[in-house]
Amino acid sequence: MSSQKPMKNAGKRIEKIVDKNAAKTAATPLKEHIVEIISDSGEGAQRCGQSLGSIAARMGNGIWTTEIIPAEIRPPARSVAGASGNRIRIGSTYITNGGDETDLVVAFNEQVLLGRVRAGELKPGCIILLESMWRKHTDINVSMAYVQTHDRLVSAGYRVYEIPMEQECLRLVANARQGKNMFALGMLCYIYSFDLQMARDQIALTFGKKAQSIIAANVTLLEAGHQWAAANLDFSYSIPATPVQQVQIATNGNTALALGVMASGMELCAMYPITPATSASHYLSDVFEKVGGMVHQAEDEIAACAFAIGASYASKCTVTITSGPGYSLKQEAIGLAVMAEIPLVVVNVQRGGPSTGQPTKAEQGDLMTAIFGSHGDAPKVVMAPATIEDCFYSIITARKIAESFNTVVVVLTDAALATSQQPFARPQFNEAWLAPPIDQSAIPEGAKPYDWDATTGVARRFIPGQPGGMHTVTGLAHDRQSHVAYDPEINQEGLRARSLKIAALQKTLMPPDVFGDAEGDLLVVGWGSSKGAIEEAVELLRADGRKVSSIHLRFLQPMQPGIKEIMQRFKQVMTIETNWSDDPEDEIIDASNRRYSSLAILLRSRYLVDVDCWSEVKGQPIKPSTICRVLLAKLKK
Amino acid sequence: MKFSATECLLELYEEKLELEDYQSGVPRWCNGCGDNAILTAIQRLCRDEGLRPEKTVFVSGIGCSSRFPHYMKTYGFHGIHGRAFPVAEGVKMARPDLTVFVNTGDGDCCSIGAAHWIHAIRYNMNLTVFLHDNQIYGLTKKQASPTSPIGTRSNTTPRGSYLDALNPLTVTLGVANASFVAQAVDWIPESLFEIVKAAYHHKGFSFVRILQRCPEWLPKLHEADMQEPDSVQLLHHENALQLSPGLSKVYKNQLRHDPLDMNRAREIASSTDVVPVGILYQNREIPCYEDTRRSTVLRTSDTVRKGFEAELDKYSV
Repeated sequence: MSSQKPMKNAGKRIEKIVDKNAAKTAATPLKEHIVEIISDSGEGAQRCGQSLGSIAARMGNGIWTTEIIPAEIRPPARSVAGASGNRIRIGSTYITNGGDETDLVVAFNEQVLLGRVRAGELKPGCIILLESMWRKHTDINVSMAYVQTHDRLVSAGYRVYEIPMEQECLRLVANARQGKNMFALGMLCYIYSFDLQMARDQIALTFGKKAQSIIAANVTLLEAGHQWAAANLDFSYSIPATPVQQVQIATNGNTALALGVMASGMELCAMYPITPATSASHYLSDVFEKVGGMVHQAEDEIAACAFAIGASYASKCTVTITSGPGYSLKQEAIGLAVMAEIPLVVVNVQRGGPSTGQPTKAEQGDLMTAIFGSHGDAPKVVMAPATIEDCFYSIITARKIAESFNTVVVVLTDAALATSQQPFARPQFNEAWLAPPIDQSAIPEGAKPYDWDATTGVARRFIPGQPGGMHTVTGLAHDRQSHVAYDPEINQEGLRARSLKIAALQKTLMPPDVFGDAEGDLLVVGWGSSKGAIEEAVELLRADGRKVSSIHLRFLQPMQPGIKEIMQRFKQVMTIETNWSDDPEDEIIDASNRRYSSLAILLRSRYLVDVDCWSEVKGQPIKPSTICRVLLAKLKK
Repeated sequence: MKFSATECLLELYEEKLELEDYQSGVPRWCNGCGDNAILTAIQRLCRDEGLRPEKTVFVSGIGCSSRFPHYMKTYGFHGIHGRAFPVAEGVKMARPDLTVFVNTGDGDCCSIGAAHWIHAIRYNMNLTVFLHDNQIYGLTKKQASPTSPIGTRSNTTPRGSYLDALNPLTVTLGVANASFVAQAVDWIPESLFEIVKAAYHHKGFSFVRILQRCPEWLPKLHEADMQEPDSVQLLHHENALQLSPGLSKVYKNQLRHDPLDMNRAREIASSTDVVPVGILYQNREIPCYEDTRRSTVLRTSDTVRKGFEAELDKYSV
């Protein structure tokens, strides 16, 4: 961004040149393109990428943006691991995932670019728009590193364009570091034939709270970038847009889940800071109080969970938001909520594990912990949103289930959903989403605090303040009066009731939709953030005549009905997951010792179907092309 | 039949509850256990103050003392080891209309739950807290606790415990926002009741450490103090507790102490030659977390809808 004033007449000069270019040769039409903008931290590549995504969405294009985040807050300048920015997949139609390798990169230095090359993120022959100022840098080490990298990229077949971004920006502003991102945005608007007026509007919206002079300076830089690209680049593209029927919003998964908390009728979120979950709580901290809610930052993860349980016990259902390590710490308290039958929503934004693992990276490693975590038999509901829109609605559903069944509902998202953005239909607020006022009516004489229904296991919850309902909830085995139980039959009865509630919920669920034909050679089963990539791969193979279909499970405990019947209509079944599974090709791995991916283990044990699996734990969402390759190999077997 | 709301209120007001209206079950503590004395004092408090049983919650952790809520005919929350404070904080945050007590032990509060204890002091929520300090783990059958005197022989320290005891009073007085710190002993019921009552009336985190006997595992710990009245030093002040003639007659070791004097409170708390009994510190000016944090927005479905729509506007494309 820029806080500097533009030089006199700069705007006028550009207008004229842009007009001249209006009649340029037609842009190459594309179905989709993946573009990255990367820089050192603090150079504004994030802002540039977000703006580009918003402009594309306004144009009516489908988008999926992914944040590129270095693990450190301020990594050293020009470092390979320090790339910060955004990756935007722009398409003609609705986009459901981040896609494959990148087609075009704007890089503010060659070192951050190297990190992306080494990670295998760039497509062969990818276009690279590279800041050229380093070539003439006074430090010989810097200029040599630049030349060396540049030459290697060229010889590796990348289409490298050296762009004097710094130099061009300095014609307009005194400090190019603040503003280069808007110059880059202008170039990209030219390259993708985006309406410049829409870009100006976007800048006005982004910098809406700042002075008019700042908006003007940024618009000037935008136009300069556009003009420079028009005059100097030998290519441009157009990605035809499909007009959107409904009003849409675009958010990342964490914002969507925070909006879900706001709309769900929950009034309290207790949390402890942890990556990558915290941004949901940041956002809630800002907005929740405006609607009478609050975020409590507790002294630790255990306290956050216990605080939420205390508030839920005495009032409406509450939520605690965390990630893997925090989720592990909460286990004992989660068991207490299960035992005492206190409604609670626990969100786990999964990251790489075990232990501290990869805090900023995505993984689906916590499924087993979510289902089987906490000692003893502690049955709880486990849901997994598959899209960013799902992150919103899942929280509303989770709150309803928690209060209907007086149980714990775990919502598993992951770092990929948390930090990706996607437009979806603007939710239409529904009063029925909110929780009813808490029951403070007198308890009829003789009613018991755990009057478990013989069929469903559900009991009416007594809330403090209800006359005649006085009892002590306890984590100890207890009878229907909540008295500590020493009778073995009573323990049996309590465990049965808590387990039955899961079955009762299952009876209300619908079978999952099959993506593709209802029968065929191969069924792919997925859960969580991989839905878009799996379905894209399945669609590609189906277009190629392969008999592949997929289902995506939103409920992991209980599982939706009909899954076994669906699986039985396919010759082979496999899961695609981002958690660990042993590779059967490894020398000492065989059928007797292979450790399967989490969902595969669950499906195998529950349905007695020979479900295979393929998984990868590289901290990145699995690419559709990778899934295609895996499925083709499986089909050949 | 018609009756007005006023009549209902009058009826409620006139309903007089007796001690048995707060009693539930038969305590399973050992004969001579100090928990019984604490239970008696608190049941009396509930009756004298006319606390509505349905509006009263006792929250505890795990341990002998944490069985406490089961013996009260109020709402109770017998949770997990060390976590009574955050549970009680959640209850109070969500329901300021409820009277919330916490019963915790020396293991529960000062060992496994120590982090929550420190922060509970800092939050200063309106909770009345009783630390049942018998200086030993009882339920797990005699292990040294953080407050066990050095040299205590136990099943995990058969040759005597190795560390100096943690002093819950000095610890509490060392944390920001401490607002009420008192010490009582189970063998002087009159002063125990007066201290419990003062703690209940203090708005904020009222912390009462109660030295209690464990006849099963440390039968001799307080024997000398009980036989020698002068080993107990009663604190009194016109702004705190005043001593009755009866008490004054027996306990002649008395100290006039202004509960606003933090430095003096810390000195008294550190005493090793006498057992101070009374209010060490009280500051009524420290804000309560629940008051600071509660949203002033009246929450209606309309407020939520408007707030929600305003947020969606920000993300529209």
